[in-house]
Amino acid sequence: MLTRRIIPCLDVRDGQVVKGVRFRDHVVMGAIEDLALRYRDEGADELVFYDITASPEGRSADLAWVERLGRLLDIPFCVAGGIRSIEQARRTLEAGADKISINSPALERPDLIDELAAEFGVQCIVVGVDSEWVEGEWRVRQYTGDPRRTRDAARRTLDWLAEAERRGAGEIVLNCMGSDGVRCGYDLEQLRAARAVLGVPLIASGGAGACQDFAAVFRQADADGALAASVFHSGAIAIPELKTYLAGEGIEVRR
Amino acid sequence: MTDVVVIDSGVANLGSVLAAFARIDLPVRVARAPLDLVGASHVVLPGVGSARPAMARLAASGFAEVVPGLRVPVLGICLGMQLLFRSSAEDDVGCLGVIDAPIERLPTAPGVRIPHMGWNRLEQLADDPLLAGFPEPAYAYFVHSYAAPVGPWTIAACMYGQPFSAVVRAGNFVGAQFHPERSAAVGARLLRNFVGAA
Repeated sequence: MLTRRIIPCLDVRDGQVVKGVRFRDHVVMGAIEDLALRYRDEGADELVFYDITASPEGRSADLAWVERLGRLLDIPFCVAGGIRSIEQARRTLEAGADKISINSPALERPDLIDELAAEFGVQCIVVGVDSEWVEGEWRVRQYTGDPRRTRDAARRTLDWLAEAERRGAGEIVLNCMGSDGVRCGYDLEQLRAARAVLGVPLIASGGAGACQDFAAVFRQADADGALAASVFHSGAIAIPELKTYLAGEGIEVRR
Repeated sequence: MTDVVVIDSGVANLGSVLAAFARIDLPVRVARAPLDLVGASHVVLPGVGSARPAMARLAASGFAEVVPGLRVPVLGICLGMQLLFRSSAEDDVGCLGVIDAPIERLPTAPGVRIPHMGWNRLEQLADDPLLAGFPEPAYAYFVHSYAAPVGPWTIAACMYGQPFSAVVRAGNFVGAQFHPERSAAVGARLLRNFVGAA
């Protein structure tokens, strides 16, 4: 049986892992390789590295650390941040990333999803979506790496999720911004709605604060994976204990 | 003498496969043309992406003609495993034909998302040297939308809506649907077993 995935997300800025609250006020958490290997050893099922400075500044992820991770890691990892062309995607995948995640560039030019899927296969194309509840509906936010540039993407979240899948996204990471970094639990209502419109794997992001939040997002929103950052970086939740808890709840996890 | 050769079939995960051998201290070399296979004691055929362009590249480089006749142990990984079969429903393309069965699309069902992506448990492990020393349960990392049915070639199955072949053997040809290079200790064990370096 397919296990539910626990996915630490490492926001990378200038070669270091950082974490902000509600996407702002970043503080340095440590070196990329140190944290990556720590999570690998603790039983993380997958890692996501998000170059949070990349997209607003119009550059793509620096590949030296991707190559180092590709040599080090024996679990899958995904790289996100400013990938806006086939060639950038190819370099990132050849550097060792198993998947690439695109967000703002897909909103700028949705055909990019089709092109990447045609070139590399849907299995390595993740579309990340930052979403927020605005005036009675979930709406997509763009350029969330930089608070000064963050804006409404003029799309309803559920419409965009369906379109992204139709165009060739092999997986969706839905980051619920209202919940991000505040540890009050995943946005189950929004994730359930997303699950209902998607046929590809759905990764929940934003809001994990306690082990119960992970159980809830798997059981109540049927998420395939749960992504979190601050609770892992701070040590508030240790992955081995989390997996023991989930297994005790009857949720299949890799141990 | 051990001389592990990884075929460069023009796919993006070649580096990941080479890195996996490096992590377990097994020197390997890369074959860019069939002549590079001369002297090989073990051959690895990696693969990601879709079947038609992968077969086209193998045909253009000459590997498609040579690989089915190899007498040394051959390991296909993910799409590389699928290419060992007769044909693939992906792009409806003929493959290398080492195993006389078709690759089929994973059937969708409620709660069964395609692609099959993540860690899944290996089941019904045969007594095969390739699987020696696997833990119980053994989890491996899968990413695919097509799969080989279960048959006489199956030495480990996996359940996703219905059972499919997770690891196969036909004589000197073996294959893993999952990614050993990203399957932690289980993947490393499979690579070691393949080259007899347990």
